[in-house]
Amino acid sequence: MTALSRFRIRQIVRKEVRQLLRDPRSRPILFVAPMVQLLLFGYAVNTDVRNTPLAVLDLDRSAVSRELADEMVSSGYFEIAIQAERPSELVEALDRGQVVIALEIPPQFSRDLASGRGASVQLLVDGTDSNTGTIALGYLRRAILAYGLRKSDLTESLAKGPRLEPRAWFNPSLESRAYNVPGVIGILILLMCLLLTSFSVVRERELGTLDQLRVSPVKPAELILGKTIPVAVVALIDLALIVAVGTAWFGIPLRGSLLVLLAASLLFILSGLAAGLLISTVSKTQQEAFLTMYLVLLPSIVLSGFFFPIHSMPELFQWISYLNPVRYFLEVVRAVFLKGAGPVVLWPQFAALLILGTTGIAVAIRRFARSIA
Amino acid sequence: MSRRRLLAIARKEVIQLGRDPRSLILAFLLPLLLVLVFGYAITLDVRDIRLAVLDLDVTSESRKLVDAFEESGYFSVHRRLERHGDAERMLVGGEVSAVLVIPRDFAADVAARRGAPVQLLLDGSDANTATIALGYADAIVSRFAADLLPVRDVSLAVEAETRIWYNQTLESRNMIVPGLIAVLMSIIAAMLTSLTIAREWERGTMEQLVATPVHRLEVVFGKLLPYVGIGLVDVVLASAVGVLMFGVPLRGSAALLLAASVLFLLGAQGLGIFLSAALRSQVLATQAAIMVTYLPALLLSGFIFAIANMPAALQVVSYAVPARYFITVTRGIFLKGVGLEALLGSLIGLAIYSVIGLALASRAFRKEIA
Repeated sequence: MTALSRFRIRQIVRKEVRQLLRDPRSRPILFVAPMVQLLLFGYAVNTDVRNTPLAVLDLDRSAVSRELADEMVSSGYFEIAIQAERPSELVEALDRGQVVIALEIPPQFSRDLASGRGASVQLLVDGTDSNTGTIALGYLRRAILAYGLRKSDLTESLAKGPRLEPRAWFNPSLESRAYNVPGVIGILILLMCLLLTSFSVVRERELGTLDQLRVSPVKPAELILGKTIPVAVVALIDLALIVAVGTAWFGIPLRGSLLVLLAASLLFILSGLAAGLLISTVSKTQQEAFLTMYLVLLPSIVLSGFFFPIHSMPELFQWISYLNPVRYFLEVVRAVFLKGAGPVVLWPQFAALLILGTTGIAVAIRRFARSIA
Repeated sequence: MSRRRLLAIARKEVIQLGRDPRSLILAFLLPLLLVLVFGYAITLDVRDIRLAVLDLDVTSESRKLVDAFEESGYFSVHRRLERHGDAERMLVGGEVSAVLVIPRDFAADVAARRGAPVQLLLDGSDANTATIALGYADAIVSRFAADLLPVRDVSLAVEAETRIWYNQTLESRNMIVPGLIAVLMSIIAAMLTSLTIAREWERGTMEQLVATPVHRLEVVFGKLLPYVGIGLVDVVLASAVGVLMFGVPLRGSAALLLAASVLFLLGAQGLGIFLSAALRSQVLATQAAIMVTYLPALLLSGFIFAIANMPAALQVVSYAVPARYFITVTRGIFLKGVGLEALLGSLIGLAIYSVIGLALASRAFRKEIA
């Protein structure tokens, strides 16, 4: 390949930037949309179970049974949405999805408790939302266990035995937002890169302007650089916006170095651009590019550890996730934000991002060169 | 409105789809692949949490405690550490999610019954895993402690008998697959949105279409029909994979499921047509569609994240997200086996949505054409 011309690259960059900004309707998409998405993700992606609607059927109607119900509410995890009178009302509330979990206190509850025979209560859980169901059930069981222990005479003797002293590092209050918001950076950068590059080549092809470019003296590598540089800049601006809003608005601590974050982002953007360009060169129509984009986007999010822990996945998917740059980028972002980690700890992730990014770009350029030659 | 002209538009659309077979294949491949990936990879059940053990006691007591963690199935002992410094390195590097620290005098403390604390250091950055791990660890240590008590049959004062409905094993797949159908539908709708109408504008064929004697409603419905067809095939494909491969129960009426899907598709696509007529560019319309249909369907519908946990303002917004109603319907039909009566509210919501969507679409056309 002969030397690339700075001049020609700059011309293509100018053309792309003009195209991006010419349409006033596309400007908000570049910078406002990521903000909206960050706010959405920041607020909606919340795996802490708080104020879960609870239905209570108290057939005992004693001071003791009321104490138990109050205890569940005072934990902050539950909110009594329905105070049922009959068992059928519990069934109805669950069927209609008004509550996730229902607590039934049987008529002889206070008597059983006083007699020392041991009392029992019934929990009905709506399993359709298995996530909330699992977590809510865990909390409710622990609250009932704690209540029972306090009512029994075992408390003292248990305190003399082994007990667990948990300490959560990096995020003592165990708020899921601190984990999710940094992760959003990875998702949004990927989305931005794919959205802006997946269409770039195929669009010119559909509109017939690719032929004009082909007869111009621009080399394929120059064209690619010219097309990707503006996207990379947009992605970096979005990164800055997200970091600013994440720390200032959501109060996520940024304990590590901004420089490390920037370096990782640059490497990650390489992968994103490569994926977008590949989609764009293999697709014949924008419609096809659009569908292929989803085919790439969704699995990369699912297999990145963004929502779902990778270590719980089947072996095969864990292996596949090693090929996913999003996985490494999220590990870096989270470690930099929450743990203040640096390159000493994170070098394997950096190496992986570098390898995936450079091979991706190399493959994309070769395919592209062949497709317009 | 003439049936003949409507069908002619639909036929043109089908022919156009047929000319782009790769897109068509992708449209059917997408649901299959997504159900597979989501079905296999998404598990919110936390198992095999990677644990490092720093056993400073090295007695049979301390080994028993470590065994209790391992045998629970929730933890797998990934590393055995020698020094405190290693614990920090493990957690910062993310190699393990938790470190169990058993202090030097553990066995002696247990024997003397003066309280024997063990430490669990959790990587709190993954709050979800940490919370669940903490719950399991708490239960394991409590059980371990109770087993050491002289009275063997420790009956706890209050026993909780649990019955889980609709999804007895709390299997994530059963929750994901019905929700996924809604997400898929919004992708298909976005496809129509961003592409078919905007494409006509971009290529200049919309003027030709407008010059023909078709009524705007005929254009709208003619364009919608083939995509409703694709959407329904996708619903069937996704449901079939979910039911046959993952054993997701389909307890309610399949016909009701399809009917609700049609309502949802009509609304989402009407909205899509409106967007694409307003924006007239495939790239812009795609991005707008992602913002308006796909992201809300993913985030604000209760697909994965419970609406009850969101801030109040967002909960209010979620009432305007049609996927919310659609997911209530699909989960109701698949898992609860409930019928028209229990789902009436959500179905009415969907019907209103489809009317609004179609009205917006036909209005957008009138404006454009005039």
